[in-house]
Amino acid sequence: MAKEPTLGALLRSQGISRRAFLQFCSATASMMAIPAGMAPAMARALEQTSRPSVIWMSFQECTGCTEALLRSHAPSIEALIFDFISLDYHHTLQAASGHAAERAREEAMHEHSGEYLLLVDGSIPTVKAYSTIAGISNLDLLLETAAGAAAILAVGTCAAYGGLPKAEPNPTQAVSVEELITDKPIVNIPGCPPLPLAITGVVAHYLTMGALPELDHLGRPLSFFGENIHDRCYRRPFYDRGLFAETFDDEGARKGWCLYKLGCKAPETYNACAHVKWNQGVSFPIQSGHGCIGCSEPNFWDKGGIYDSVPMGQFGAGPKIAVAASVGAAAGAGAAVLSRKKKHKTEAELPED
Amino acid sequence: MSTRVVVDPITRIEGHLRIEAQMEDGAIQQAYSSGTMVRGIENIVRGRDPRDAWAFVQRICGVCTLVHGLAGVRAVEDALDYPIPQNAELIRNLMVGAQYVHDHVMHFYHLHALDWVDVVSALSADPKATSELAQSISGYAKSSPGYFSDVQKKLKGFVEAGQLGIFANGYWGHPAYKLPPEANLMAVAHYLEALAWQRDVAQLHAIFGGKNPHPNLVVGGMPCAISIDSGSQAGTAVDVAGLERVRNILAQMHDFVEQVYVPDTLAIAGFYKDWFKQGEGVGNFMCYGDFPAKGFGDRSSYLVPGGVILNRDLSQIQELDLHAEDEIQEFVASSWYDYAAGKGEGLHPYQGETEFAYTGPEPPYEQLDVDSQYSWLKSPRWRGKPVEVGPLARVLMLHATGDARMQELTDSALRQLDLPMEALYSTMGRTAARTLETQYMVEALDGWLNQLMTNIRAGDLRTFNEALWDPKTWPKSAQGVGYMEAPRGALGHWIVIEDGKIANYQAVVPSTWNAGPRDGAGQIGPYEAALQGHALADPEQPIEILRTVHSFDPCIACAVHLVDPEGEEVLRVRVR
Repeated sequence: MAKEPTLGALLRSQGISRRAFLQFCSATASMMAIPAGMAPAMARALEQTSRPSVIWMSFQECTGCTEALLRSHAPSIEALIFDFISLDYHHTLQAASGHAAERAREEAMHEHSGEYLLLVDGSIPTVKAYSTIAGISNLDLLLETAAGAAAILAVGTCAAYGGLPKAEPNPTQAVSVEELITDKPIVNIPGCPPLPLAITGVVAHYLTMGALPELDHLGRPLSFFGENIHDRCYRRPFYDRGLFAETFDDEGARKGWCLYKLGCKAPETYNACAHVKWNQGVSFPIQSGHGCIGCSEPNFWDKGGIYDSVPMGQFGAGPKIAVAASVGAAAGAGAAVLSRKKKHKTEAELPED
Repeated sequence: MSTRVVVDPITRIEGHLRIEAQMEDGAIQQAYSSGTMVRGIENIVRGRDPRDAWAFVQRICGVCTLVHGLAGVRAVEDALDYPIPQNAELIRNLMVGAQYVHDHVMHFYHLHALDWVDVVSALSADPKATSELAQSISGYAKSSPGYFSDVQKKLKGFVEAGQLGIFANGYWGHPAYKLPPEANLMAVAHYLEALAWQRDVAQLHAIFGGKNPHPNLVVGGMPCAISIDSGSQAGTAVDVAGLERVRNILAQMHDFVEQVYVPDTLAIAGFYKDWFKQGEGVGNFMCYGDFPAKGFGDRSSYLVPGGVILNRDLSQIQELDLHAEDEIQEFVASSWYDYAAGKGEGLHPYQGETEFAYTGPEPPYEQLDVDSQYSWLKSPRWRGKPVEVGPLARVLMLHATGDARMQELTDSALRQLDLPMEALYSTMGRTAARTLETQYMVEALDGWLNQLMTNIRAGDLRTFNEALWDPKTWPKSAQGVGYMEAPRGALGHWIVIEDGKIANYQAVVPSTWNAGPRDGAGQIGPYEAALQGHALADPEQPIEILRTVHSFDPCIACAVHLVDPEGEEVLRVRVR
């Protein structure tokens, strides 16, 4: 499509002021820990491109990750899908069904070969008949759409690590995206579902910086998964003073004392829930009285009962940085390839959680 | 001439659904509904702590977030005869009711509307005439010519950029679209409004459950302690400010439902009256009942009563027993499963077996073998009969049992559209019932919040019952059913507990009732029945199939059962 205008022209034609646009870039810079001075450069880079093509594939999933995306407020879901990206294939939202839907995917893959961003939610069963779309197995669809992608975002714990379908006894022999794709840069954005801001933040970072963010040893962006929930929890002072809720509506529970004894998994969970919070900052699980279930960690479903306390020895020991991805507006999208080999080597050198 | 129309993927739904339609002279002679994805969650929970089950089964679906979790919690509470405090019951009612309102509005605008609304046609609307149309049907504030002009400008920029994104390859310009450009523009504007609105009203779940999607629950009550006396930094989200926010969210729900959703539904339905004459289904309807006023054990206190309606006969409500072996049964004649006693048997969920037996074509495939097995969904039946569940079933049930407010809502809508009661048995009737139910639900929500506030003011802060939390207090074996009225219809989870662990778990969900395939007797399910006879104006663009399938609000990840890859017989437990 030769006549696609640049994003800058498009936004102006839709009445979005340069000031609002710069604000968006500043907000992105701030949440991705990029120096604020970069915002004008990001804005310039963005304005010169047409809306990047995004293909979203849903495999063994519950649509919770899509629902999380729909709760986005910075940028809003409306701004994201109508102003910043071209969401060319997404089962839950797209108008077209059947052949017309599949054609939309094929057209986007063809026209933006090597450039489109592939978002995947859900695990992939290695037995083909366990999940098909248009008669094609999830496995074949993933391989086909990954081939021309610039990068892949594995959205949610199922896509990132196998999640619920992979929980014991893994009845469908489900696997994660990175178990199948080894020749593309992959960012894992786990959570069941992930924080909306973690999904849109990585997309915005990629769009504005032309590169993927820095990741930890589990392939997660450090900007969202670099800190331990327990360390950032507003109930942490009560933990330090030895004040615990013993049940769900005792005096301690009502006063917001620590939920450690009720099985809170925050001490071994890396995510931004305690400071970013959920649903525009209204609350997060611990603030509403239930312990963290550890949903952004691999294999969390099989790590013991939800109400069993975390052994003290398993408390996290700070962020583990495995890969230093190149960050900078100058880096082209296609050039932002992380070395999977290097990543795995580094991962092997680190102690297990 | 006989041809096969295949629609796969059916988009704008939850999950993976495929429809194959056998055509004869331009109309659907036989339709086949197929669920094409399995995960095996019921198998995954076996052997685990029953108190943990809710978190696993909640992930059956992230659209019907909450409801599977609640069914899982209630199953354990039913098995243990575990009473919960009234505040917890009220908070659950508030969360489920809010889920109805959130879900139904999103279904209408984001999943269903594009079957009736031509986005491209909105470009040729006159903003001034659109404003007049909007103001003639509602007092909603955002209705000026300038507002609609801005929306149109935005849409124009989007379309002219040549990147249609989620609107790419829609059936725009299809002759089945009947709305004038102004109505299309109004609907597109409200599509965008609803995207912003849903984000805000989902906050109700975050206050009580910590987040949405997938808010937290607990067996024995609710985990959200009420911290009315505490400062906002030290307490919980359910403090004075949080409860005030809940009040505001209910007001936002009222405004949007009354000023946008209801008037839009009636306006759009008025242009599609022929869709009140087709798409009925099987004519049988079932509700499990829900929204207790005096504790879940007291079925007579439910806002929505349980029961079954057969052959549209509203004068007789059949009694329903979810524990009875000869009532609810699942069949697998057309499903990719085997039963030990043979594929012709029907099994009650307590005895549920799910032995994997895929007999379909090896992917990639063009066409399913619809004469043998063709779905990962089973065929649930009530006393051997297929039944429809969901908003239409509930509206009919409330109407039939003399609920004055529901009678008033349905009668008024039908009068406005100049249609008889029979018009509800249709594609558009199902869609309209969902809207009327939403209006009914926003009113009920106020009552539950008022009762909760009254209790809190009287000093009752109880939200959790500690009595049976410790598994040591449980009997050696127990079984129970956790049921509810989910937004998409009657939902039941059956659990068998042995020695404090889950011995068997079966979920029979709304979309299994509605989307299930043929049973051994050849009886078709509601989707398949509703599609029969539809004429397709253009088989290459089968918008008629989408209209009727979407009117059920499919949720297919919910509807599929467990799979056992080794083909072993899954543990079989007999009711004692």
